Amino acid sequence: MDDLYRELIIDRYKNPHHRGVLEPNDISFEDDNPLCGDHIRIDLRLDEAGRVSEASFDGHGCAISQASADLLVESVLGKTLDEVRLLSKEDILDMLGIELGPVRLKCALLSLKVLKAGAYGLGEASDDLVE
Amino acid sequence: MPMANNVNGFDVARIRADFPVLARQIRPGVPLVYLDSTATSQKPRAVIETMDEFYRKSNANIHRGIHTLAEEATAGYEGARRRVAQFINAPSARQVIFTRNTTESINLVAFTWGRANLNAGDIVILTEMEHHSNLVPWQMLAEERGLRLEFIPVREDGLLDMDAYRELLELEPCLVSFTHMSNVLGTINPAREMIALAHQAGALALVDGAQSVPHFPVDVQELDADFLAFSAHKMCGPSGIGVLYGRKELLEDMPPFLGGGDMIKRVYLRSFAPNEIPHKFEAGTPAIAEAVGLGAAIDYLESVGMQAIAQHEHEIVAYALERLEEIPGVRVFGPSAEHKGGVASFTLQGVHPHDISQILDSFGVAIRAGHHCAMPLHEKFGLPATARASFYLYNTREEIDRLVEAIYQVKEIFG
Ligand SMILES: Cc1ncc(COP(=O)(O)O)c(C=O)c1O
Repeated sequence: MDDLYRELIIDRYKNPHHRGVLEPNDISFEDDNPLCGDHIRIDLRLDEAGRVSEASFDGHGCAISQASADLLVESVLGKTLDEVRLLSKEDILDMLGIELGPVRLKCALLSLKVLKAGAYGLGEASDDLVE
Repeated sequence: MPMANNVNGFDVARIRADFPVLARQIRPGVPLVYLDSTATSQKPRAVIETMDEFYRKSNANIHRGIHTLAEEATAGYEGARRRVAQFINAPSARQVIFTRNTTESINLVAFTWGRANLNAGDIVILTEMEHHSNLVPWQMLAEERGLRLEFIPVREDGLLDMDAYRELLELEPCLVSFTHMSNVLGTINPAREMIALAHQAGALALVDGAQSVPHFPVDVQELDADFLAFSAHKMCGPSGIGVLYGRKELLEDMPPFLGGGDMIKRVYLRSFAPNEIPHKFEAGTPAIAEAVGLGAAIDYLESVGMQAIAQHEHEIVAYALERLEEIPGVRVFGPSAEHKGGVASFTLQGVHPHDISQILDSFGVAIRAGHHCAMPLHEKFGLPATARASFYLYNTREEIDRLVEAIYQVKEIFG
Protein backbone atom coordinates (compact mmCIF):
# COMPACT_ATOMS: atom_id res chain seq x y z
CA MET A 1 0.00 0.00 0.00
CA ASP A 2 2.69 2.46 0.99
CA ASP A 3 4.10 1.84 -2.48
CA LEU A 4 0.81 2.23 -4.23
CA TYR A 5 0.17 5.52 -2.57
CA ARG A 6 3.59 6.97 -3.22
CA GLU A 7 3.80 10.66 -2.66
CA LEU A 8 3.93 11.25 -6.42
CA ILE A 9 0.54 9.63 -6.90
CA ILE A 10 -1.20 11.37 -4.03
CA ASP A 11 0.35 14.65 -5.11
CA ARG A 12 -0.72 14.35 -8.74
CA TYR A 13 -4.19 13.26 -7.63
CA LYS A 14 -4.66 16.25 -5.37
CA ASN A 15 -2.81 18.80 -7.50
CA PRO A 16 -2.82 17.64 -11.10
CA HIS A 17 -0.67 19.68 -13.45
CA HIS A 18 -2.67 19.09 -16.61
CA ARG A 19 -6.31 18.90 -15.65
CA GLY A 20 -8.74 20.71 -17.92
CA VAL A 21 -10.22 20.68 -21.41
CA LEU A 22 -8.82 22.20 -24.58
CA GLU A 23 -11.38 23.77 -26.89
CA PRO A 24 -10.79 23.78 -29.80
CA ASN A 25 -8.48 20.81 -30.05
CA ASP A 26 -7.07 18.53 -32.71
CA ILE A 27 -7.79 15.32 -30.91
CA SER A 28 -10.29 14.63 -28.16
CA PHE A 29 -11.43 11.31 -26.83
CA GLU A 30 -13.19 10.04 -23.73
CA ASP A 31 -14.11 6.70 -22.18
CA ASP A 32 -15.24 5.05 -18.95
CA ASN A 33 -14.11 2.12 -16.92
CA PRO A 34 -17.42 0.28 -16.60
CA LEU A 35 -16.21 -1.60 -13.54
CA CYS A 36 -15.90 1.43 -11.36
CA GLY A 37 -17.36 4.34 -13.28
CA ASP A 38 -14.01 6.13 -13.69
CA HIS A 39 -14.14 8.57 -16.58
CA ILE A 40 -11.27 10.15 -18.53
CA ARG A 41 -11.21 12.65 -21.36
CA ILE A 42 -7.98 13.64 -23.05
CA ASP A 43 -7.55 16.61 -25.42
CA LEU A 44 -4.50 17.26 -27.59
CA ARG A 45 -3.36 20.16 -29.75
CA LEU A 46 -0.71 19.60 -32.41
CA ASP A 47 1.80 22.05 -33.86
CA GLU A 48 2.64 22.41 -37.58
CA ALA A 49 5.20 19.62 -37.35
CA GLY A 50 2.51 17.30 -36.03
CA ARG A 51 3.89 17.20 -32.51
CA VAL A 52 1.74 17.49 -29.40
CA SER A 53 2.00 21.07 -28.25
CA GLU A 54 -0.69 21.04 -25.57
CA ALA A 55 -2.38 18.20 -23.72
CA SER A 56 -4.92 17.96 -20.95
CA PHE A 57 -7.12 15.43 -19.21
CA ASP A 58 -10.40 15.70 -17.42
CA GLY A 59 -12.68 13.29 -15.61
CA HIS A 60 -13.10 11.60 -12.28
CA GLY A 61 -11.88 8.47 -10.63
CA CYS A 62 -9.46 7.04 -8.13
CA ALA A 63 -6.01 8.37 -7.34
CA ILE A 64 -4.36 5.78 -9.60
CA SER A 65 -6.46 6.61 -12.66
CA GLN A 66 -6.23 10.36 -12.24
CA ALA A 67 -2.52 10.45 -11.40
CA SER A 68 -1.64 8.21 -14.31
CA ALA A 69 -3.69 10.40 -16.66
CA ASP A 70 -1.85 13.47 -15.43
CA LEU A 71 1.57 11.85 -15.86
CA LEU A 72 0.61 10.42 -19.22
CA VAL A 73 -0.52 13.67 -20.83
CA GLU A 74 2.63 15.33 -19.51
CA SER A 75 4.74 12.66 -21.16
CA VAL A 76 3.23 13.13 -24.62
CA LEU A 77 4.18 16.81 -24.95
CA GLY A 78 6.52 17.12 -27.95
CA LYS A 79 5.73 13.64 -29.27
CA THR A 80 4.36 12.87 -32.73
CA LEU A 81 1.16 10.86 -33.00
CA ASP A 82 3.21 7.91 -34.24
CA GLU A 83 5.22 8.06 -31.04
CA VAL A 84 2.05 8.34 -28.99
CA ARG A 85 0.66 5.24 -30.66
CA LEU A 86 3.72 3.29 -29.51
CA LEU A 87 3.14 3.98 -25.81
CA SER A 88 2.52 0.81 -23.85
CA LYS A 89 1.39 -0.51 -20.53
CA GLU A 90 5.02 -0.66 -19.41
CA ASP A 91 5.44 3.06 -20.01
CA ILE A 92 2.56 3.79 -17.65
CA LEU A 93 3.84 1.43 -14.98
CA ASP A 94 7.32 2.97 -15.26
CA MET A 95 5.86 6.42 -14.80
CA LEU A 96 3.84 5.36 -11.77
CA GLY A 97 6.69 3.32 -10.40
CA ILE A 98 4.41 0.71 -8.83
CA GLU A 99 3.21 -2.83 -9.34
CA LEU A 100 -0.52 -3.32 -9.86
CA GLY A 101 -2.93 -6.26 -9.70
CA PRO A 102 -5.38 -6.93 -12.53
CA VAL A 103 -8.20 -4.79 -11.13
CA ARG A 104 -6.15 -1.68 -10.43
CA LEU A 105 -4.28 -2.10 -13.71
CA LYS A 106 -7.52 -1.16 -15.46
CA CYS A 107 -7.60 2.09 -13.49
CA ALA A 108 -4.02 2.88 -14.43
CA LEU A 109 -4.49 2.07 -18.12
CA LEU A 110 -7.76 3.89 -18.76
CA SER A 111 -5.96 7.08 -19.75
CA LEU A 112 -3.63 5.23 -22.12
CA LYS A 113 -6.59 3.55 -23.74
CA VAL A 114 -8.29 6.92 -24.23
CA LEU A 115 -5.12 8.55 -25.54
CA LYS A 116 -4.39 5.81 -28.06
CA ALA A 117 -7.97 5.57 -29.27
CA GLY A 118 -7.72 9.32 -29.93
CA ALA A 119 -4.33 9.05 -31.61
CA TYR A 120 -5.57 6.30 -33.91
CA GLY A 121 -8.81 8.20 -34.58
CA LEU A 122 -10.92 5.24 -33.52
CA GLY A 123 -14.65 5.38 -32.95
CA GLU A 124 -14.40 3.27 -29.82
CA ALA A 125 -11.64 2.46 -27.38
CA SER A 126 -10.64 -1.15 -26.98
CA ASP A 127 -8.59 -3.05 -24.43
CA ASP A 128 -6.45 -4.29 -27.32
CA LEU A 129 -4.82 -0.86 -27.33
CA VAL A 130 -3.20 -1.41 -23.95
CA GLU A 131 -2.44 -5.13 -23.98
CA MET B 1 -30.34 -27.75 16.51
CA PRO B 2 -32.26 -25.23 18.62
CA MET B 3 -32.44 -21.68 17.38
CA ALA B 4 -30.59 -18.99 19.21
CA ASN B 5 -33.31 -16.41 19.35
CA ASN B 6 -31.70 -13.89 21.61
CA VAL B 7 -28.45 -12.09 21.11
CA ASN B 8 -26.80 -13.69 24.06
CA GLY B 9 -27.44 -17.09 22.58
CA PHE B 10 -25.84 -16.06 19.29
CA ASP B 11 -22.31 -17.35 19.50
CA VAL B 12 -20.36 -15.49 16.81
CA ALA B 13 -17.07 -17.05 17.82
CA ARG B 14 -18.50 -20.51 17.25
CA ILE B 15 -19.97 -19.45 13.92
CA ARG B 16 -16.66 -17.97 12.80
CA ALA B 17 -14.94 -21.24 13.57
CA ASP B 18 -17.22 -22.88 10.97
CA PHE B 19 -15.76 -20.72 8.15
CA PRO B 20 -12.20 -21.76 7.31
CA VAL B 21 -11.41 -18.64 5.26
CA LEU B 22 -12.07 -16.38 8.24
CA ALA B 23 -8.85 -17.70 9.79
CA ARG B 24 -6.91 -16.35 6.82
CA GLN B 25 -4.25 -13.72 7.23
CA ILE B 26 -4.00 -11.29 4.35
CA ARG B 27 -0.36 -10.73 5.23
CA PRO B 28 1.54 -12.14 8.18
CA GLY B 29 -0.07 -10.66 11.27
CA VAL B 30 -2.94 -9.04 9.35
CA PRO B 31 -6.11 -11.11 9.76
CA LEU B 32 -8.90 -10.93 7.20
CA VAL B 33 -11.89 -8.75 8.04
CA TYR B 34 -14.40 -9.83 5.43
CA LEU B 35 -17.02 -7.11 4.91
CA ASP B 36 -18.14 -7.99 1.38
CA SER B 37 -20.83 -10.61 1.91
CA THR B 38 -23.31 -8.69 -0.21
CA ALA B 39 -21.10 -9.48 -3.21
CA THR B 40 -20.70 -13.07 -2.10
CA SER B 41 -20.75 -14.83 1.23
CA GLN B 42 -18.06 -17.07 2.65
CA LYS B 43 -18.70 -20.81 2.91
CA PRO B 44 -18.91 -22.89 6.07
CA ARG B 45 -17.01 -26.15 6.34
CA ALA B 46 -20.30 -28.08 6.14
CA VAL B 47 -20.87 -26.82 2.59
CA ILE B 48 -17.30 -27.33 1.42
CA GLU B 49 -17.19 -30.83 2.85
CA THR B 50 -20.59 -31.84 1.51
CA MET B 51 -19.56 -30.89 -2.02
CA ASP B 52 -16.19 -32.53 -1.61
CA GLU B 53 -17.85 -35.70 -0.44
CA PHE B 54 -20.30 -35.63 -3.33
CA TYR B 55 -17.41 -35.62 -5.79
CA ARG B 56 -15.52 -38.29 -3.85
CA LYS B 57 -18.45 -40.65 -3.38
CA SER B 58 -21.52 -40.03 -5.50
CA ASN B 59 -20.63 -38.08 -8.61
CA ALA B 60 -22.73 -39.01 -11.65
CA ASN B 61 -25.10 -37.31 -14.03
CA ILE B 62 -28.71 -37.08 -12.91
CA HIS B 63 -32.05 -38.21 -14.33
CA ARG B 64 -30.34 -40.77 -16.56
CA GLY B 65 -28.52 -43.97 -15.87
CA ILE B 66 -29.76 -46.58 -13.46
CA HIS B 67 -26.62 -47.28 -11.55
CA THR B 68 -26.03 -46.56 -7.89
CA LEU B 69 -24.10 -43.36 -8.38
CA ALA B 70 -26.72 -41.96 -10.77
CA GLU B 71 -29.40 -42.74 -8.22
CA GLU B 72 -27.45 -41.08 -5.43
CA ALA B 73 -26.66 -38.01 -7.50
CA THR B 74 -30.30 -37.65 -8.57
CA ALA B 75 -31.47 -38.08 -5.00
CA GLY B 76 -28.99 -35.44 -3.85
CA TYR B 77 -30.05 -32.98 -6.52
CA GLU B 78 -33.78 -33.48 -6.04
CA GLY B 79 -33.35 -33.54 -2.26
CA ALA B 80 -31.78 -30.09 -2.49
CA ARG B 81 -34.79 -28.89 -4.46
CA ARG B 82 -37.10 -30.05 -1.66
CA ARG B 83 -34.85 -28.41 0.90
CA VAL B 84 -35.09 -25.09 -0.97
CA ALA B 85 -38.86 -25.43 -1.19
CA GLN B 86 -39.12 -25.89 2.58
CA PHE B 87 -36.76 -23.01 3.21
CA ILE B 88 -38.90 -20.48 1.32
CA ASN B 89 -42.16 -22.30 2.15
CA ALA B 90 -43.00 -23.08 -1.48
CA PRO B 91 -46.15 -25.21 -1.77
CA SER B 92 -44.28 -27.74 -3.89
CA ALA B 93 -40.69 -28.56 -4.82
CA ARG B 94 -41.83 -28.55 -8.46
CA GLN B 95 -42.07 -24.78 -8.18
CA VAL B 96 -38.34 -24.51 -7.48
CA ILE B 97 -36.26 -24.16 -10.63
CA PHE B 98 -32.50 -24.32 -10.48
CA THR B 99 -30.73 -21.67 -12.54
CA ARG B 100 -27.20 -20.29 -12.44
CA ASN B 101 -27.98 -17.28 -10.26
CA THR B 102 -30.47 -14.50 -9.57
CA THR B 103 -29.59 -12.89 -12.88
CA GLU B 104 -30.48 -15.99 -14.87
CA SER B 105 -33.68 -16.45 -12.86
CA ILE B 106 -34.87 -12.97 -13.79
CA ASN B 107 -33.83 -13.42 -17.41
CA LEU B 108 -35.80 -16.66 -17.46
CA VAL B 109 -38.97 -14.85 -16.44
CA ALA B 110 -38.35 -11.97 -18.85
CA PHE B 111 -37.73 -14.20 -21.81
CA THR B 112 -40.38 -16.86 -21.24
CA TRP B 113 -43.26 -15.32 -19.30
CA GLY B 114 -42.41 -11.88 -20.67
CA ARG B 115 -42.23 -12.91 -24.32
CA ALA B 116 -45.42 -14.92 -24.04
CA ASN B 117 -47.43 -12.27 -22.23
CA LEU B 118 -46.12 -8.77 -22.87
CA ASN B 119 -46.85 -6.71 -25.96
CA ALA B 120 -46.29 -3.22 -27.29
CA GLY B 121 -47.35 -0.56 -24.82
CA ASP B 122 -47.57 -2.94 -21.85
CA ILE B 123 -46.11 -1.54 -18.65
CA VAL B 124 -43.54 -3.06 -16.34
CA ILE B 125 -42.81 -1.27 -13.06
CA LEU B 126 -39.32 -1.45 -11.58
CA THR B 127 -37.63 0.73 -8.97
CA GLU B 128 -34.74 3.16 -9.13
CA MET B 129 -32.74 0.97 -6.73
CA GLU B 130 -32.55 -2.16 -8.87
CA HIS B 131 -29.41 -4.16 -9.46
CA HIS B 132 -28.53 -4.27 -13.16
CA SER B 133 -29.81 -7.85 -13.19
CA ASN B 134 -33.35 -6.61 -12.61
CA LEU B 135 -33.02 -3.74 -15.08
CA VAL B 136 -31.23 -4.94 -18.17
CA PRO B 137 -33.40 -8.02 -18.92
CA TRP B 138 -36.45 -5.75 -18.89
CA GLN B 139 -34.71 -3.14 -21.03
CA MET B 140 -33.85 -5.87 -23.53
CA LEU B 141 -37.42 -7.09 -23.60
CA ALA B 142 -38.77 -3.54 -23.76
CA GLU B 143 -36.62 -2.94 -26.81
CA GLU B 144 -37.80 -6.13 -28.45
CA ARG B 145 -41.47 -5.75 -27.59
CA GLY B 146 -42.01 -2.01 -27.30
CA LEU B 147 -42.79 -2.18 -23.58
CA ARG B 148 -42.95 0.85 -21.35
CA LEU B 149 -40.80 0.76 -18.22
CA GLU B 150 -41.75 2.87 -15.21
CA PHE B 151 -39.74 3.33 -12.03
CA ILE B 152 -40.76 3.76 -8.42
CA PRO B 153 -38.57 6.65 -7.22
CA VAL B 154 -36.16 6.31 -4.32
CA ARG B 155 -36.54 9.11 -1.81
CA GLU B 156 -33.64 11.03 -0.33
CA ASP B 157 -33.90 8.90 2.83
CA GLY B 158 -33.33 5.71 0.81
CA LEU B 159 -36.90 4.42 1.01
CA LEU B 160 -39.20 3.85 -1.96
CA ASP B 161 -41.80 6.50 -2.60
CA MET B 162 -44.92 4.46 -1.95
CA ASP B 163 -47.28 7.26 -2.96
CA ALA B 164 -45.60 7.40 -6.35
CA TYR B 165 -45.94 3.62 -6.54
CA ARG B 166 -49.68 3.83 -5.94
CA GLU B 167 -49.95 6.37 -8.73
CA LEU B 168 -47.94 4.22 -11.11
CA LEU B 169 -50.27 1.31 -10.43
CA GLU B 170 -53.09 3.34 -11.93
CA LEU B 171 -51.36 2.85 -15.28
CA GLU B 172 -52.44 -0.81 -15.05
CA PRO B 173 -49.04 -2.46 -15.29
CA CYS B 174 -48.64 -6.15 -16.13
CA LEU B 175 -45.73 -6.72 -13.78
CA VAL B 176 -44.00 -5.14 -10.81
CA SER B 177 -40.44 -6.39 -10.39
CA PHE B 178 -38.46 -5.11 -7.42
CA THR B 179 -35.66 -5.92 -5.06
CA HIS B 180 -36.61 -7.11 -1.59
CA MET B 181 -33.47 -5.49 -0.21
CA SER B 182 -31.17 -2.99 -1.91
CA ASN B 183 -27.58 -4.15 -2.26
CA VAL B 184 -26.40 -0.52 -2.07
CA LEU B 185 -28.66 1.29 0.38
CA GLY B 186 -29.57 -1.77 2.40
CA THR B 187 -33.21 -0.68 2.29
CA ILE B 188 -35.63 -3.51 3.06
CA ASN B 189 -38.67 -2.85 0.92
CA PRO B 190 -42.20 -3.59 2.20
CA ALA B 191 -42.56 -6.55 -0.14
CA ARG B 192 -45.82 -7.90 1.19
CA GLU B 193 -47.56 -4.57 0.89
CA MET B 194 -46.05 -3.92 -2.55
CA ILE B 195 -47.18 -7.30 -3.82
CA ALA B 196 -50.70 -6.86 -2.43
CA LEU B 197 -50.96 -3.50 -4.17
CA ALA B 198 -49.65 -4.98 -7.42
CA HIS B 199 -52.22 -7.76 -7.26
CA GLN B 200 -55.04 -5.29 -6.57
CA ALA B 201 -53.97 -3.46 -9.72
CA GLY B 202 -54.02 -6.72 -11.70
CA ALA B 203 -50.24 -7.03 -12.00
CA LEU B 204 -47.94 -9.92 -11.16
CA ALA B 205 -45.02 -9.40 -8.78
CA LEU B 206 -41.46 -10.64 -9.10
CA VAL B 207 -39.23 -10.30 -6.04
CA ASP B 208 -35.46 -10.12 -6.42
CA GLY B 209 -34.51 -11.97 -3.26
CA ALA B 210 -30.74 -11.97 -3.83
CA GLN B 211 -30.21 -9.96 -0.65
CA SER B 212 -33.25 -11.01 1.38
CA VAL B 213 -33.28 -14.81 1.26
CA PRO B 214 -29.73 -15.06 2.68
CA HIS B 215 -30.37 -12.60 5.49
CA PHE B 216 -33.86 -12.98 6.95
CA PRO B 217 -36.81 -15.37 6.79
CA VAL B 218 -38.60 -15.21 3.43
CA ASP B 219 -41.88 -17.07 2.96
CA VAL B 220 -43.25 -16.98 -0.59
CA GLN B 221 -46.78 -17.83 0.52
CA GLU B 222 -46.86 -15.18 3.18
CA LEU B 223 -45.52 -12.66 0.67
CA ASP B 224 -47.87 -13.98 -2.00
CA ALA B 225 -45.03 -13.54 -4.52
CA ASP B 226 -45.57 -14.71 -8.08
CA PHE B 227 -41.84 -15.11 -8.67
CA LEU B 228 -38.82 -15.03 -6.35
CA ALA B 229 -35.22 -15.10 -7.57
CA PHE B 230 -32.05 -15.67 -5.51
CA SER B 231 -28.47 -16.97 -5.64
CA ALA B 232 -26.85 -19.71 -3.54
CA HIS B 233 -23.47 -17.99 -3.39
CA LYS B 234 -24.81 -15.14 -1.28
CA MET B 235 -26.27 -17.53 1.34
CA CYS B 236 -23.22 -19.61 2.31
CA GLY B 237 -23.66 -21.85 -0.73
CA PRO B 238 -21.53 -22.29 -3.84
CA SER B 239 -21.43 -20.10 -6.92
CA GLY B 240 -22.96 -21.47 -10.11
CA ILE B 241 -26.46 -22.17 -8.79
CA GLY B 242 -29.48 -20.00 -8.20
CA VAL B 243 -33.21 -20.41 -7.79
CA LEU B 244 -36.36 -19.25 -9.44
CA TYR B 245 -39.55 -19.88 -7.50
CA GLY B 246 -42.78 -19.36 -9.41
CA ARG B 247 -46.50 -19.83 -8.96
CA LYS B 248 -47.46 -23.19 -10.39
CA GLU B 249 -50.01 -22.05 -12.99
CA LEU B 250 -47.59 -19.46 -14.27
CA LEU B 251 -44.69 -21.89 -14.59
CA GLU B 252 -46.90 -24.44 -16.31
CA ASP B 253 -48.10 -21.92 -18.89
CA MET B 254 -44.70 -20.43 -19.59
CA PRO B 255 -42.80 -21.59 -22.67
CA PRO B 256 -39.42 -23.25 -22.03
CA PHE B 257 -36.25 -21.17 -21.69
CA LEU B 258 -33.19 -22.95 -23.10
CA GLY B 259 -33.61 -26.02 -25.29
CA GLY B 260 -31.76 -29.30 -24.93
CA GLY B 261 -31.59 -32.43 -22.84
CA ASP B 262 -33.70 -32.94 -19.72
CA MET B 263 -36.18 -30.18 -20.59
CA ILE B 264 -38.06 -32.38 -23.06
CA LYS B 265 -40.64 -35.10 -22.78
CA ARG B 266 -40.29 -36.29 -26.39
CA VAL B 267 -38.18 -35.13 -29.28
CA TYR B 268 -38.88 -35.60 -32.99
CA LEU B 269 -36.68 -34.46 -35.83
CA ARG B 270 -38.65 -31.30 -36.32
CA SER B 271 -40.35 -30.70 -32.99
CA PHE B 272 -40.38 -31.48 -29.30
CA ALA B 273 -42.79 -31.72 -26.40
CA PRO B 274 -41.51 -29.98 -23.27
CA ASN B 275 -41.05 -31.77 -19.98
CA GLU B 276 -43.09 -30.92 -16.90
CA ILE B 277 -42.02 -28.29 -14.40
CA PRO B 278 -39.44 -27.85 -13.03
CA HIS B 279 -37.46 -29.82 -15.63
CA LYS B 280 -38.95 -27.81 -18.48
CA PHE B 281 -36.68 -24.97 -17.44
CA GLU B 282 -33.53 -26.96 -16.73
CA ALA B 283 -31.91 -27.79 -20.05
CA GLY B 284 -28.65 -29.72 -20.03
CA THR B 285 -26.61 -31.05 -17.14
CA PRO B 286 -27.20 -28.72 -14.21
CA ALA B 287 -24.91 -27.71 -11.34
CA ILE B 288 -25.33 -30.97 -9.43
CA ALA B 289 -22.67 -30.72 -6.72
CA GLU B 290 -23.65 -27.07 -6.31
CA ALA B 291 -27.28 -28.03 -5.67
CA VAL B 292 -26.14 -30.46 -3.02
CA GLY B 293 -23.96 -27.68 -1.58
CA LEU B 294 -26.94 -25.31 -1.53
CA GLY B 295 -28.90 -27.91 0.45
CA ALA B 296 -26.06 -28.05 2.97
CA ALA B 297 -25.99 -24.23 3.15
CA ILE B 298 -29.68 -24.17 4.00
CA ASP B 299 -29.16 -26.81 6.69
CA TYR B 300 -26.40 -24.65 8.10
CA LEU B 301 -28.40 -21.39 8.04
CA GLU B 302 -31.37 -23.06 9.66
CA SER B 303 -29.21 -24.59 12.36
CA VAL B 304 -28.25 -21.05 13.33
CA GLY B 305 -31.75 -19.70 12.71
CA MET B 306 -32.72 -17.09 10.12
CA GLN B 307 -34.39 -14.90 12.71
CA ALA B 308 -31.26 -14.97 14.84
CA ILE B 309 -29.11 -14.12 11.82
CA ALA B 310 -31.33 -11.16 10.97
CA GLN B 311 -31.17 -9.92 14.54
CA HIS B 312 -27.39 -10.23 14.68
CA GLU B 313 -26.92 -8.36 11.40
CA HIS B 314 -29.28 -5.68 12.57
CA GLU B 315 -27.13 -5.03 15.59
CA ILE B 316 -23.93 -5.04 13.60
CA VAL B 317 -25.26 -2.58 11.04
CA ALA B 318 -26.62 -0.27 13.73
CA TYR B 319 -23.20 -0.23 15.37
CA ALA B 320 -21.47 0.30 12.01
CA LEU B 321 -23.67 3.29 11.17
CA GLU B 322 -23.02 4.81 14.56
CA ARG B 323 -19.25 4.41 14.23
CA LEU B 324 -19.03 5.51 10.59
CA GLU B 325 -21.09 8.61 11.15
CA GLU B 326 -18.61 9.70 13.83
CA ILE B 327 -15.80 10.00 11.28
CA PRO B 328 -15.42 13.53 9.88
CA GLY B 329 -15.84 13.52 6.10
CA VAL B 330 -17.73 10.22 5.97
CA ARG B 331 -21.22 10.25 4.48
CA VAL B 332 -23.36 7.13 4.81
CA PHE B 333 -26.17 6.42 2.34
CA GLY B 334 -29.49 4.73 2.82
CA PRO B 335 -32.11 4.64 5.53
CA SER B 336 -31.62 4.41 9.27
CA ALA B 337 -30.81 1.03 10.78
CA GLU B 338 -34.44 0.12 11.49
CA HIS B 339 -35.27 0.01 7.76
CA LYS B 340 -32.20 -1.75 6.54
CA GLY B 341 -30.22 -4.94 6.40
CA GLY B 342 -26.50 -5.41 6.81
CA VAL B 343 -25.16 -2.90 4.30
CA ALA B 344 -23.33 0.39 4.90
CA SER B 345 -22.44 2.32 1.74
CA PHE B 346 -20.41 5.45 2.29
CA THR B 347 -18.09 8.01 0.81
CA LEU B 348 -15.11 9.76 2.35
CA GLN B 349 -14.57 13.34 1.31
CA GLY B 350 -11.64 13.78 -1.07
CA VAL B 351 -10.88 10.08 -1.49
CA HIS B 352 -12.19 7.89 -4.28
CA PRO B 353 -13.87 4.68 -3.04
CA HIS B 354 -11.34 2.63 -5.00
CA ASP B 355 -8.53 4.16 -3.03
CA ILE B 356 -10.41 3.63 0.23
CA SER B 357 -10.86 -0.02 -0.62
CA GLN B 358 -7.24 -0.47 -1.67
CA ILE B 359 -5.87 1.04 1.52
CA LEU B 360 -8.36 -0.86 3.68
CA ASP B 361 -7.14 -4.04 2.02
CA SER B 362 -3.67 -3.42 3.31
CA PHE B 363 -5.19 -3.58 6.79
CA GLY B 364 -6.92 -6.83 5.88
CA VAL B 365 -10.33 -5.17 5.57
CA ALA B 366 -12.23 -6.37 2.48
CA ILE B 367 -14.96 -4.03 1.29
CA ARG B 368 -16.32 -3.31 -2.16
CA ALA B 369 -15.88 -0.08 -4.10
CA GLY B 370 -17.72 0.95 -7.23
CA HIS B 371 -21.28 1.31 -8.37
CA HIS B 372 -22.23 -2.19 -7.12
CA CYS B 373 -24.12 -2.94 -10.33
CA ALA B 374 -26.53 -0.10 -9.63
CA MET B 375 -25.35 2.73 -11.86
CA PRO B 376 -28.72 4.51 -12.13
CA LEU B 377 -29.03 4.66 -8.34
CA HIS B 378 -25.56 6.17 -8.03
CA GLU B 379 -26.40 8.67 -10.73
CA LYS B 380 -29.50 9.67 -8.82
CA PHE B 381 -27.41 10.45 -5.76
CA GLY B 382 -24.82 12.20 -7.95
CA LEU B 383 -22.03 9.74 -7.15
CA PRO B 384 -19.79 7.86 -9.56
CA ALA B 385 -19.06 5.27 -6.88
CA THR B 386 -19.39 4.41 -3.22
CA ALA B 387 -17.51 2.22 -0.77
CA ARG B 388 -19.61 -0.53 0.73
CA ALA B 389 -19.12 -2.58 3.87
CA SER B 390 -21.61 -5.42 4.22
CA PHE B 391 -22.24 -7.86 7.00
CA TYR B 392 -23.33 -11.41 7.61
CA LEU B 393 -23.77 -13.82 10.47
CA TYR B 394 -20.01 -14.14 11.03
CA ASN B 395 -19.16 -10.44 11.43
CA THR B 396 -18.38 -8.87 14.78
CA ARG B 397 -18.30 -5.46 16.43
CA GLU B 398 -14.51 -5.76 16.65
CA GLU B 399 -14.42 -5.99 12.87
CA ILE B 400 -16.37 -2.74 12.62
CA ASP B 401 -13.77 -1.20 14.92
CA ARG B 402 -11.02 -2.42 12.57
CA LEU B 403 -12.91 -0.91 9.64
CA VAL B 404 -13.17 2.43 11.38
CA GLU B 405 -9.48 2.44 12.40
CA ALA B 406 -8.50 1.67 8.81
CA ILE B 407 -10.65 4.54 7.51
CA TYR B 408 -8.73 6.87 9.81
CA GLN B 409 -5.55 5.56 8.19
CA VAL B 410 -6.96 6.43 4.77
CA LYS B 411 -7.60 9.95 5.98
CA GLU B 412 -4.04 10.11 7.22
CA ILE B 413 -2.57 9.07 3.86
CA PHE B 414 -4.72 11.46 1.87
CA GLY B 415 -4.04 14.19 4.41
C1 LIG C 1 -30.20 -7.13 -5.23
C2 LIG C 1 -29.41 -8.02 -6.14
N1 LIG C 1 -30.00 -8.55 -7.21
C3 LIG C 1 -29.34 -9.37 -8.05
C4 LIG C 1 -28.02 -9.68 -7.87
C5 LIG C 1 -27.34 -10.54 -8.88
O1 LIG C 1 -26.94 -11.74 -8.33
P1 LIG C 1 -26.12 -12.76 -9.21
O2 LIG C 1 -24.90 -12.04 -9.66
O3 LIG C 1 -25.83 -13.88 -8.27
O4 LIG C 1 -26.99 -13.16 -10.34
C6 LIG C 1 -27.35 -9.14 -6.78
C7 LIG C 1 -25.91 -9.41 -6.58
O5 LIG C 1 -25.14 -8.58 -6.17
C8 LIG C 1 -28.07 -8.30 -5.90
O6 LIG C 1 -27.45 -7.75 -4.83
